[in-house]
Amino acid sequence: MVHQYKLNGYNIVLDTCSGAVHVVDEVAYDVIAMFKDRTSDEIIADLLTKYADRPDVTAEELRLCIEDVDSLVQTGQLYTEDNFEDMAGRFKERSGNVVKALCLHVAHTCNLNCSYCFASQGKYHGDRAIMSYEVGKRALDFLVENSGSRTNLEVDFFGGEPLMNWDVVKQLVEYARSIEKEKGKNFRFTLTTNGVLIDQEVIDFANREMSNVVLSLDGRREIHDATRVDYAGRGSYDRIVPKFRSMVEARGNRDYYMRGTFTHANPDFTEDVFHMADLGFTELSMEPVVCAPGDPAALTPEDIEIVKEQYEILAKDMIRRRREGKPITFYHYMIDLDGGPCVYKRISGCGSGTEYMAVTPWGDLYPCHQFVGEEEYKLGNIWDGVTNEALREEFRSCNAYARPDCKDCWAKLYCSGGCAANAYHAAGTIRGIYEPGCELFRKRIECAIMIKASEAEDQNLE
Amino acid sequence: MERIKTLKTRNLCESAKNGGCGECQTSCQSACKTSCGVANQKCENTNK
Repeated sequence: MVHQYKLNGYNIVLDTCSGAVHVVDEVAYDVIAMFKDRTSDEIIADLLTKYADRPDVTAEELRLCIEDVDSLVQTGQLYTEDNFEDMAGRFKERSGNVVKALCLHVAHTCNLNCSYCFASQGKYHGDRAIMSYEVGKRALDFLVENSGSRTNLEVDFFGGEPLMNWDVVKQLVEYARSIEKEKGKNFRFTLTTNGVLIDQEVIDFANREMSNVVLSLDGRREIHDATRVDYAGRGSYDRIVPKFRSMVEARGNRDYYMRGTFTHANPDFTEDVFHMADLGFTELSMEPVVCAPGDPAALTPEDIEIVKEQYEILAKDMIRRRREGKPITFYHYMIDLDGGPCVYKRISGCGSGTEYMAVTPWGDLYPCHQFVGEEEYKLGNIWDGVTNEALREEFRSCNAYARPDCKDCWAKLYCSGGCAANAYHAAGTIRGIYEPGCELFRKRIECAIMIKASEAEDQNLE
Repeated sequence: MERIKTLKTRNLCESAKNGGCGECQTSCQSACKTSCGVANQKCENTNK
Protein backbone atom coordinates (compact mmCIF):
# COMPACT_ATOMS: atom_id res chain seq x y z
CA MET A 1 0.00 0.00 0.00
CA VAL A 2 1.32 3.41 -1.00
CA HIS A 3 0.20 6.86 0.17
CA GLN A 4 1.20 9.94 -1.80
CA TYR A 5 0.68 13.54 -0.75
CA LYS A 6 1.97 17.03 -1.40
CA LEU A 7 2.60 19.36 1.50
CA ASN A 8 4.63 22.52 1.89
CA GLY A 9 6.35 22.01 -1.45
CA TYR A 10 7.34 18.41 -0.73
CA ASN A 11 6.06 15.45 -2.74
CA ILE A 12 6.01 12.56 -0.31
CA VAL A 13 5.48 8.85 -0.92
CA LEU A 14 4.93 6.46 1.98
CA ASP A 15 5.21 2.72 1.58
CA THR A 16 2.97 1.50 4.38
CA CYS A 17 4.27 -2.01 4.91
CA SER A 18 8.02 -1.43 4.66
CA GLY A 19 7.80 1.92 6.43
CA ALA A 20 9.86 3.51 3.65
CA VAL A 21 9.51 7.25 3.03
CA HIS A 22 10.46 8.77 -0.30
CA VAL A 23 10.69 12.46 -1.12
CA VAL A 24 10.38 12.83 -4.86
CA ASP A 25 10.06 15.41 -7.59
CA GLU A 26 6.76 15.82 -9.39
CA VAL A 27 7.77 13.60 -12.30
CA ALA A 28 8.65 10.66 -10.05
CA TYR A 29 5.49 11.39 -8.07
CA ASP A 30 3.45 10.86 -11.24
CA VAL A 31 5.45 7.80 -12.27
CA ILE A 32 4.82 6.16 -8.90
CA ALA A 33 1.11 6.96 -9.07
CA MET A 34 0.83 5.32 -12.49
CA PHE A 35 3.33 2.50 -11.97
CA LYS A 36 0.95 -0.25 -10.91
CA ASP A 37 -1.75 0.24 -13.52
CA ARG A 38 0.05 1.39 -16.63
CA THR A 39 2.77 0.05 -18.89
CA SER A 40 6.08 1.87 -19.17
CA ASP A 41 5.22 3.07 -22.66
CA GLU A 42 1.87 4.43 -21.49
CA ILE A 43 3.50 6.26 -18.59
CA ILE A 44 6.13 7.79 -20.86
CA ALA A 45 3.56 8.88 -23.43
CA ASP A 46 1.33 10.46 -20.81
CA LEU A 47 4.11 12.28 -19.02
CA LEU A 48 5.79 13.54 -22.19
CA THR A 49 2.46 15.22 -22.95
CA LYS A 50 2.00 16.53 -19.42
CA TYR A 51 5.54 17.91 -19.20
CA ALA A 52 5.88 19.03 -22.81
CA ASP A 53 7.31 22.36 -21.64
CA ARG A 54 10.01 20.73 -19.52
CA PRO A 55 13.23 20.07 -21.47
CA ASP A 56 14.52 17.80 -18.69
CA VAL A 57 11.61 15.41 -19.11
CA THR A 58 12.60 13.21 -22.01
CA ALA A 59 11.64 9.65 -22.87
CA GLU A 60 15.08 8.53 -21.75
CA GLU A 61 14.75 10.39 -18.43
CA LEU A 62 11.34 8.90 -17.83
CA ARG A 63 12.62 5.43 -18.57
CA LEU A 64 15.39 5.91 -16.02
CA CYS A 65 12.86 7.10 -13.48
CA ILE A 66 10.65 4.07 -14.13
CA GLU A 67 13.69 1.83 -13.62
CA ASP A 68 14.39 3.56 -10.31
CA VAL A 69 10.82 3.05 -9.17
CA ASP A 70 10.98 -0.58 -10.25
CA SER A 71 14.17 -1.10 -8.26
CA LEU A 72 12.46 0.29 -5.16
CA VAL A 73 9.65 -2.19 -5.70
CA GLN A 74 12.11 -5.03 -6.18
CA THR A 75 14.03 -4.14 -3.01
CA GLY A 76 10.91 -3.95 -0.86
CA GLN A 77 10.69 -0.20 -0.49
CA LEU A 78 7.63 0.52 -2.60
CA TYR A 79 4.33 -1.27 -3.11
CA THR A 80 5.45 -3.75 -0.49
CA GLU A 81 2.93 -6.50 0.00
CA ASP A 82 0.98 -6.57 3.22
CA ASN A 83 1.95 -9.89 4.80
CA PHE A 84 1.45 -8.81 8.40
CA GLU A 85 -2.08 -9.97 9.01
CA ASP A 86 -1.02 -13.49 10.01
CA MET A 87 1.33 -12.17 12.68
CA ALA A 88 -1.17 -9.60 13.90
CA GLY A 89 -2.18 -11.34 17.07
CA ARG A 90 1.09 -13.17 17.67
CA PHE A 91 2.87 -10.50 19.67
CA LYS A 92 0.13 -10.21 22.25
CA GLU A 93 -0.24 -14.00 22.38
CA ARG A 94 3.48 -14.37 22.89
CA SER A 95 3.38 -11.81 25.70
CA GLY A 96 1.01 -14.07 27.61
CA ASN A 97 -0.53 -12.25 30.53
CA VAL A 98 2.38 -9.90 31.12
CA VAL A 99 1.44 -6.52 32.57
CA LYS A 100 4.07 -3.80 32.33
CA ALA A 101 2.27 -0.50 32.84
CA LEU A 102 -0.31 0.79 35.28
CA CYS A 103 -2.23 4.01 35.41
CA LEU A 104 -2.77 4.58 39.12
CA HIS A 105 -5.84 6.65 39.87
CA VAL A 106 -4.48 7.95 43.14
CA ALA A 107 -7.17 10.62 43.45
CA HIS A 108 -10.69 10.52 42.09
CA THR A 109 -11.11 14.13 43.03
CA CYS A 110 -9.84 17.43 41.75
CA ASN A 111 -9.31 20.99 42.90
CA LEU A 112 -10.34 22.32 39.50
CA ASN A 113 -13.77 22.12 37.94
CA CYS A 114 -12.99 22.05 34.22
CA SER A 115 -16.19 21.92 32.22
CA TYR A 116 -14.80 19.63 29.52
CA CYS A 117 -13.29 17.04 31.87
CA PHE A 118 -13.77 13.53 30.43
CA ALA A 119 -13.50 12.20 34.00
CA SER A 120 -16.32 14.37 35.38
CA GLN A 121 -14.06 16.57 37.52
CA GLY A 122 -11.97 13.57 38.46
CA LYS A 123 -14.80 11.49 39.88
CA TYR A 124 -15.20 9.27 36.81
CA HIS A 125 -18.96 9.47 37.20
CA GLY A 126 -18.72 7.98 40.71
CA ASP A 127 -17.93 9.22 44.18
CA ARG A 128 -14.87 11.15 45.19
CA ALA A 129 -12.14 8.81 46.43
CA ILE A 130 -8.48 8.73 47.36
CA MET A 131 -6.18 5.71 46.93
CA SER A 132 -4.70 4.46 50.18
CA TYR A 133 -1.04 3.51 50.47
CA GLU A 134 -2.06 -0.12 51.01
CA VAL A 135 -4.00 -0.23 47.74
CA GLY A 136 -1.19 1.53 45.86
CA LYS A 137 1.44 -0.79 47.32
CA ARG A 138 -0.59 -3.83 46.35
CA ALA A 139 -0.98 -2.39 42.83
CA LEU A 140 2.82 -2.11 42.53
CA ASP A 141 3.23 -5.67 43.80
CA PHE A 142 0.60 -6.82 41.29
CA LEU A 143 2.59 -5.10 38.55
CA VAL A 144 5.88 -6.71 39.56
CA GLU A 145 4.28 -10.14 40.00
CA ASN A 146 2.71 -9.98 36.54
CA SER A 147 5.54 -8.34 34.62
CA GLY A 148 7.35 -11.55 33.68
CA SER A 149 10.75 -10.82 32.18
CA ARG A 150 9.99 -7.17 31.40
CA THR A 151 12.51 -4.84 32.99
CA ASN A 152 10.98 -1.44 32.35
CA LEU A 153 7.73 -0.91 34.25
CA GLU A 154 5.68 2.25 33.84
CA VAL A 155 3.48 3.79 36.48
CA ASP A 156 1.47 6.91 35.78
CA PHE A 157 0.16 8.86 38.76
CA PHE A 158 -3.13 10.05 37.40
CA GLY A 159 -6.42 11.42 38.61
CA GLY A 160 -8.35 13.54 39.11
CA GLU A 161 -5.51 15.49 40.53
CA PRO A 162 -2.74 13.27 41.91
CA LEU A 163 -1.18 16.06 43.99
CA MET A 164 -4.30 15.88 46.19
CA ASN A 165 -2.86 12.56 47.36
CA TRP A 166 0.79 13.55 47.23
CA ASP A 167 1.95 11.82 50.40
CA VAL A 168 0.77 8.48 49.07
CA VAL A 169 2.45 9.16 45.72
CA LYS A 170 5.76 9.75 47.50
CA GLN A 171 5.36 6.66 49.66
CA LEU A 172 4.60 4.55 46.60
CA VAL A 173 7.66 5.84 44.77
CA GLU A 174 9.74 5.08 47.84
CA TYR A 175 8.32 1.57 48.04
CA ALA A 176 8.93 0.92 44.33
CA ARG A 177 12.51 2.10 44.61
CA SER A 178 13.02 -0.17 47.61
CA ILE A 179 12.09 -3.30 45.64
CA GLU A 180 13.19 -2.60 42.09
CA LYS A 181 16.78 -3.79 42.47
CA GLU A 182 15.85 -7.01 44.20
CA LYS A 183 13.11 -7.68 41.65
CA GLY A 184 15.26 -6.72 38.65
CA LYS A 185 12.90 -3.99 37.55
CA ASN A 186 13.21 -0.37 36.52
CA PHE A 187 10.24 1.80 37.43
CA ARG A 188 9.49 4.81 35.26
CA PHE A 189 7.04 7.20 36.85
CA THR A 190 4.94 9.87 35.23
CA LEU A 191 2.96 12.57 37.01
CA THR A 192 0.06 14.30 35.30
CA THR A 193 -1.00 17.44 37.15
CA ASN A 194 -3.01 20.63 36.84
CA GLY A 195 -0.29 22.44 38.78
CA VAL A 196 -2.41 24.07 41.47
CA LEU A 197 -0.61 22.32 44.36
CA ILE A 198 2.92 22.45 42.96
CA ASP A 199 5.41 23.82 45.47
CA GLN A 200 9.17 23.56 45.85
CA GLU A 201 8.93 20.21 47.58
CA VAL A 202 6.82 18.78 44.75
CA ILE A 203 9.26 20.20 42.21
CA ASP A 204 12.27 18.66 43.93
CA PHE A 205 10.66 15.27 44.35
CA ALA A 206 9.14 15.11 40.88
CA ASN A 207 12.33 16.23 39.22
CA ARG A 208 14.23 13.54 41.07
CA GLU A 209 11.81 10.64 40.65
CA MET A 210 9.48 11.22 37.69
CA SER A 211 10.71 10.19 34.25
CA ASN A 212 8.12 12.51 32.81
CA VAL A 213 5.74 15.17 34.07
CA VAL A 214 2.68 16.21 32.12
CA LEU A 215 1.57 19.72 33.00
CA SER A 216 -1.92 20.83 32.00
CA LEU A 217 -2.06 24.25 30.37
CA ASP A 218 -4.47 25.20 27.60
CA GLY A 219 -2.42 28.04 26.16
CA ARG A 220 -3.70 31.62 26.07
CA ARG A 221 -4.95 32.95 29.40
CA GLU A 222 -8.47 33.64 28.10
CA ILE A 223 -8.72 30.16 26.60
CA HIS A 224 -7.31 28.43 29.66
CA ASP A 225 -9.40 30.40 32.14
CA ALA A 226 -12.63 29.86 30.20
CA THR A 227 -12.64 26.20 31.23
CA ARG A 228 -9.90 25.47 33.75
CA VAL A 229 -11.52 27.10 36.76
CA ASP A 230 -11.70 26.29 40.45
CA TYR A 231 -14.93 25.64 42.32
CA ALA A 232 -15.35 29.38 42.88
CA GLY A 233 -15.24 29.84 39.12
CA ARG A 234 -11.85 31.55 39.12
CA GLY A 235 -9.43 30.79 36.30
CA SER A 236 -6.22 29.01 37.24
CA TYR A 237 -3.79 30.44 34.66
CA ASP A 238 -2.11 33.03 36.88
CA ARG A 239 -1.71 30.55 39.72
CA ILE A 240 -0.15 27.73 37.74
CA VAL A 241 2.02 29.30 35.04
CA PRO A 242 4.71 30.55 37.48
CA LYS A 243 4.75 27.11 39.13
CA PHE A 244 5.10 25.33 35.81
CA ARG A 245 7.92 27.66 34.86
CA SER A 246 9.76 26.92 38.10
CA MET A 247 9.29 23.20 37.67
CA VAL A 248 10.45 23.12 34.06
CA GLU A 249 13.40 25.39 34.78
CA ALA A 250 14.54 23.08 37.56
CA ARG A 251 13.93 19.97 35.49
CA GLY A 252 17.03 20.26 33.35
CA ASN A 253 17.07 17.72 30.58
CA ARG A 254 14.40 15.46 32.01
CA ASP A 255 11.21 14.97 30.01
CA TYR A 256 8.16 17.12 30.50
CA TYR A 257 5.17 18.08 28.46
CA MET A 258 2.95 21.09 28.56
CA ARG A 259 -0.31 19.47 27.64
CA GLY A 260 -3.35 21.43 26.52
CA THR A 261 -6.82 20.61 25.33
CA PHE A 262 -8.49 22.47 22.50
CA THR A 263 -12.24 22.59 22.02
CA HIS A 264 -14.89 24.19 19.84
CA ALA A 265 -13.84 27.47 21.48
CA ASN A 266 -10.33 27.39 20.00
CA PRO A 267 -9.91 25.26 16.91
CA ASP A 268 -7.19 27.84 16.11
CA PHE A 269 -5.13 26.04 18.73
CA THR A 270 -1.77 26.87 17.17
CA GLU A 271 -2.14 30.29 18.82
CA ASP A 272 -2.14 28.43 22.14
CA VAL A 273 0.88 26.36 21.18
CA PHE A 274 2.73 29.53 20.20
CA HIS A 275 1.65 31.18 23.44
CA MET A 276 3.18 28.34 25.43
CA ALA A 277 6.36 28.70 23.35
CA ASP A 278 6.35 32.44 24.15
CA LEU A 279 6.20 31.54 27.83
CA GLY A 280 9.48 29.69 27.34
CA PHE A 281 8.17 26.13 27.20
CA THR A 282 9.55 23.99 24.39
CA GLU A 283 7.95 20.55 24.88
CA LEU A 284 4.36 21.04 23.85
CA SER A 285 1.22 19.05 23.24
CA MET A 286 -2.31 20.14 22.39
CA GLU A 287 -5.03 17.56 22.09
CA PRO A 288 -8.56 17.65 20.72
CA VAL A 289 -11.15 17.49 23.49
CA VAL A 290 -12.67 14.10 24.36
CA CYS A 291 -16.42 14.49 24.88
CA ALA A 292 -19.83 13.51 23.55
CA PRO A 293 -20.80 14.94 20.15
CA GLY A 294 -23.57 17.12 21.62
CA ASP A 295 -21.34 18.73 24.22
CA PRO A 296 -20.79 22.50 23.71
CA ALA A 297 -17.04 21.86 23.80
CA ALA A 298 -17.15 19.20 21.07
CA LEU A 299 -15.41 19.88 17.78
CA THR A 300 -17.83 20.23 14.86
CA PRO A 301 -17.13 18.96 11.32
CA GLU A 302 -16.32 22.59 10.42
CA ASP A 303 -13.85 22.73 13.31
CA ILE A 304 -12.12 19.58 12.05
CA GLU A 305 -11.31 21.32 8.75
CA ILE A 306 -9.91 24.31 10.65
CA VAL A 307 -7.85 22.03 12.86
CA LYS A 308 -6.36 20.28 9.83
CA GLU A 309 -5.25 23.65 8.45
CA GLN A 310 -3.86 24.52 11.85
CA TYR A 311 -1.72 21.39 11.87
CA GLU A 312 -0.14 22.54 8.61
CA ILE A 313 0.45 26.05 9.98
CA LEU A 314 2.09 24.56 13.04
CA ALA A 315 4.32 22.21 11.05
CA LYS A 316 5.55 25.03 8.81
CA ASP A 317 6.20 27.27 11.79
CA MET A 318 8.14 24.54 13.56
CA ILE A 319 10.41 24.22 10.53
CA ARG A 320 10.96 28.00 10.63
CA ARG A 321 11.76 27.89 14.34
CA ARG A 322 14.19 25.03 13.90
CA ARG A 323 15.98 26.83 11.07
CA GLU A 324 16.25 29.91 13.28
CA GLY A 325 17.81 27.84 16.06
CA LYS A 326 14.80 28.07 18.40
CA PRO A 327 13.11 24.68 17.97
CA ILE A 328 10.00 23.52 19.79
CA THR A 329 8.75 19.98 20.09
CA PHE A 330 5.14 19.16 19.37
CA TYR A 331 4.33 15.76 20.78
CA HIS A 332 2.26 14.60 17.83
CA TYR A 333 5.00 15.45 15.39
CA MET A 334 7.56 13.32 17.16
CA ILE A 335 8.17 10.39 14.91
CA ASP A 336 11.18 8.15 14.99
CA LEU A 337 11.50 6.82 11.46
CA ASP A 338 14.82 5.09 11.98
CA GLY A 339 14.74 3.96 15.61
CA GLY A 340 11.02 3.55 16.16
CA PRO A 341 9.14 0.46 17.21
CA CYS A 342 9.10 -2.86 15.39
CA VAL A 343 6.18 -4.06 13.37
CA TYR A 344 4.78 -6.16 16.23
CA LYS A 345 4.29 -3.04 18.29
CA ARG A 346 2.93 -1.14 15.32
CA ILE A 347 0.29 -3.77 14.76
CA SER A 348 -0.68 -4.43 18.34
CA GLY A 349 -1.07 -0.90 19.62
CA CYS A 350 -1.36 0.53 23.08
CA GLY A 351 -1.74 -2.67 25.07
CA SER A 352 -4.80 -1.53 26.98
CA GLY A 353 -6.49 -4.40 28.75
CA THR A 354 -3.45 -6.64 28.42
CA GLU A 355 -0.07 -5.11 29.24
CA TYR A 356 -1.53 -1.79 30.37
CA MET A 357 -4.31 -1.34 32.92
CA ALA A 358 -5.82 1.34 35.10
CA VAL A 359 -6.27 0.89 38.85
CA THR A 360 -9.06 2.70 40.68
CA PRO A 361 -8.59 4.15 44.18
CA TRP A 362 -10.21 1.01 45.59
CA GLY A 363 -8.12 -1.44 43.55
CA ASP A 364 -10.32 -2.43 40.63
CA LEU A 365 -8.65 -3.05 37.28
CA TYR A 366 -9.89 -1.58 34.01
CA PRO A 367 -8.40 -1.81 30.50
CA CYS A 368 -7.37 1.86 30.71
CA HIS A 369 -8.32 5.08 32.44
CA GLN A 370 -11.00 5.82 29.87
CA PHE A 371 -12.96 2.70 30.76
CA VAL A 372 -13.02 3.42 34.48
CA GLY A 373 -16.61 3.69 35.57
CA GLU A 374 -17.89 1.41 32.79
CA GLU A 375 -18.88 -1.55 34.94
CA GLU A 376 -18.94 -4.07 32.09
CA TYR A 377 -15.31 -3.21 31.38
CA LYS A 378 -14.05 -4.16 34.82
CA LEU A 379 -11.23 -6.69 34.38
CA GLY A 380 -10.79 -7.72 38.01
CA ASN A 381 -8.85 -6.32 40.92
CA ILE A 382 -5.28 -6.09 42.21
CA TRP A 383 -5.77 -8.88 44.78
CA ASP A 384 -7.45 -11.52 42.61
CA GLY A 385 -5.92 -10.38 39.31
CA VAL A 386 -7.81 -10.45 36.05
CA THR A 387 -11.00 -12.42 36.55
CA ASN A 388 -12.84 -11.32 33.42
CA GLU A 389 -10.80 -13.46 31.03
CA ALA A 390 -13.23 -12.97 28.16
CA LEU A 391 -12.69 -9.23 28.34
CA ARG A 392 -8.92 -9.61 28.39
CA GLU A 393 -9.17 -11.87 25.33
CA GLU A 394 -11.29 -9.25 23.58
CA PHE A 395 -8.53 -6.69 24.12
CA ARG A 396 -5.77 -9.17 23.33
CA SER A 397 -7.25 -9.95 19.95
CA CYS A 398 -7.81 -6.31 19.07
CA ASN A 399 -5.14 -4.87 16.77
CA ALA A 400 -4.70 -2.91 13.56
CA TYR A 401 -5.87 -5.89 11.51
CA ALA A 402 -8.88 -6.67 13.69
CA ARG A 403 -10.62 -3.43 12.77
CA PRO A 404 -12.38 -3.72 9.41
CA ASP A 405 -12.32 0.05 8.90
CA CYS A 406 -8.52 0.08 9.10
CA LYS A 407 -8.01 -2.51 6.35
CA ASP A 408 -7.28 -0.05 3.55
CA CYS A 409 -5.91 2.80 5.65
CA TRP A 410 -2.33 3.82 4.85
CA ALA A 411 -1.80 5.04 8.42
CA LYS A 412 -2.65 1.79 10.21
CA LEU A 413 0.96 1.00 11.10
CA TYR A 414 1.45 4.49 12.52
CA CYS A 415 -1.58 4.31 14.82
CA SER A 416 -2.15 0.53 15.23
CA GLY A 417 -5.85 1.03 14.80
CA GLY A 418 -6.12 3.88 17.25
CA CYS A 419 -7.59 4.24 20.71
CA ALA A 420 -9.88 1.42 21.87
CA ALA A 421 -11.79 3.74 24.18
CA ASN A 422 -12.42 6.31 21.48
CA ALA A 423 -13.62 3.50 19.22
CA TYR A 424 -15.89 2.15 21.93
CA HIS A 425 -17.42 5.54 22.66
CA ALA A 426 -17.88 6.35 18.98
CA ALA A 427 -18.82 2.98 17.51
CA GLY A 428 -19.93 0.91 20.49
CA THR A 429 -17.11 -1.59 19.99
CA ILE A 430 -13.37 -1.50 20.55
CA ARG A 431 -13.00 -2.88 17.03
CA GLY A 432 -14.59 0.19 15.54
CA ILE A 433 -12.96 3.52 14.83
CA TYR A 434 -13.53 7.16 15.70
CA GLU A 435 -13.34 8.63 12.21
CA PRO A 436 -12.82 12.33 13.11
CA GLY A 437 -9.93 11.20 15.29
CA CYS A 438 -8.54 9.16 12.39
CA GLU A 439 -8.80 12.15 10.07
CA LEU A 440 -6.78 14.29 12.45
CA PHE A 441 -4.29 11.51 13.10
CA ARG A 442 -3.60 11.08 9.38
CA LYS A 443 -3.08 14.82 9.00
CA ARG A 444 -0.65 14.84 11.94
CA ILE A 445 1.38 11.98 10.48
CA GLU A 446 1.52 13.72 7.11
CA CYS A 447 2.79 16.86 8.83
CA ALA A 448 5.26 14.95 11.00
CA ILE A 449 6.79 13.19 8.00
CA MET A 450 6.91 16.43 6.02
CA ILE A 451 8.96 17.91 8.86
CA LYS A 452 11.31 14.92 8.60
CA ALA A 453 11.61 15.57 4.86
CA SER A 454 12.59 19.16 5.58
CA GLU A 455 15.18 18.06 8.13
CA ALA A 456 16.69 15.61 5.65
CA GLU A 457 16.78 18.31 3.01
CA ASP A 458 18.51 20.75 5.35
CA GLN A 459 21.08 18.15 6.38
CA ASN A 460 21.93 17.47 2.75
CA LEU A 461 22.42 21.19 2.15
CA GLU A 462 24.82 21.57 5.07
CA MET B 1 18.28 8.27 -8.00
CA GLU B 2 17.91 11.71 -9.49
CA ARG B 3 14.27 12.28 -8.77
CA ILE B 4 13.82 10.18 -5.64
CA LYS B 5 15.36 10.69 -2.21
CA THR B 6 14.67 7.95 0.31
CA LEU B 7 14.76 8.88 4.00
CA LYS B 8 16.45 6.57 6.46
CA THR B 9 13.75 4.45 8.01
CA ARG B 10 13.52 1.20 9.91
CA ASN B 11 12.44 -1.59 7.59
CA LEU B 12 9.27 -2.96 9.14
CA CYS B 13 9.48 -6.28 7.30
CA GLU B 14 12.99 -6.83 8.67
CA SER B 15 11.83 -5.84 12.16
CA ALA B 16 9.47 -8.82 12.13
CA LYS B 17 12.48 -11.15 12.38
CA ASN B 18 13.72 -10.11 15.82
CA GLY B 19 11.14 -7.67 17.13
CA GLY B 20 8.46 -8.03 19.75
CA CYS B 21 10.55 -7.86 22.94
CA GLY B 22 7.90 -5.64 24.54
CA GLU B 23 10.32 -3.35 26.38
CA CYS B 24 9.21 -0.20 24.58
CA GLN B 25 7.08 2.40 26.29
CA THR B 26 3.37 1.78 26.49
CA SER B 27 1.65 4.04 24.02
CA CYS B 28 -1.57 5.71 25.01
CA GLN B 29 -3.44 7.15 22.09
CA SER B 30 -6.27 8.54 24.11
CA ALA B 31 -6.44 12.29 23.68
CA CYS B 32 -7.23 12.83 27.36
CA LYS B 33 -3.68 11.78 28.15
CA THR B 34 -0.84 13.04 26.07
CA SER B 35 -1.46 10.59 23.35
CA CYS B 36 1.30 9.16 21.28
CA GLY B 37 1.01 7.22 18.11
CA VAL B 38 3.10 4.10 18.30
CA ALA B 39 5.43 5.51 15.67
CA ASN B 40 6.88 8.14 17.97
CA GLN B 41 8.35 5.72 20.45
CA LYS B 42 11.90 4.56 20.72
CA CYS B 43 12.67 0.89 20.22
CA GLU B 44 14.23 -0.47 23.40
CA ASN B 45 15.18 -3.88 22.09
CA THR B 46 18.80 -4.44 23.10
CA ASN B 47 19.17 -7.42 20.74
CA LYS B 48 17.90 -6.00 17.49
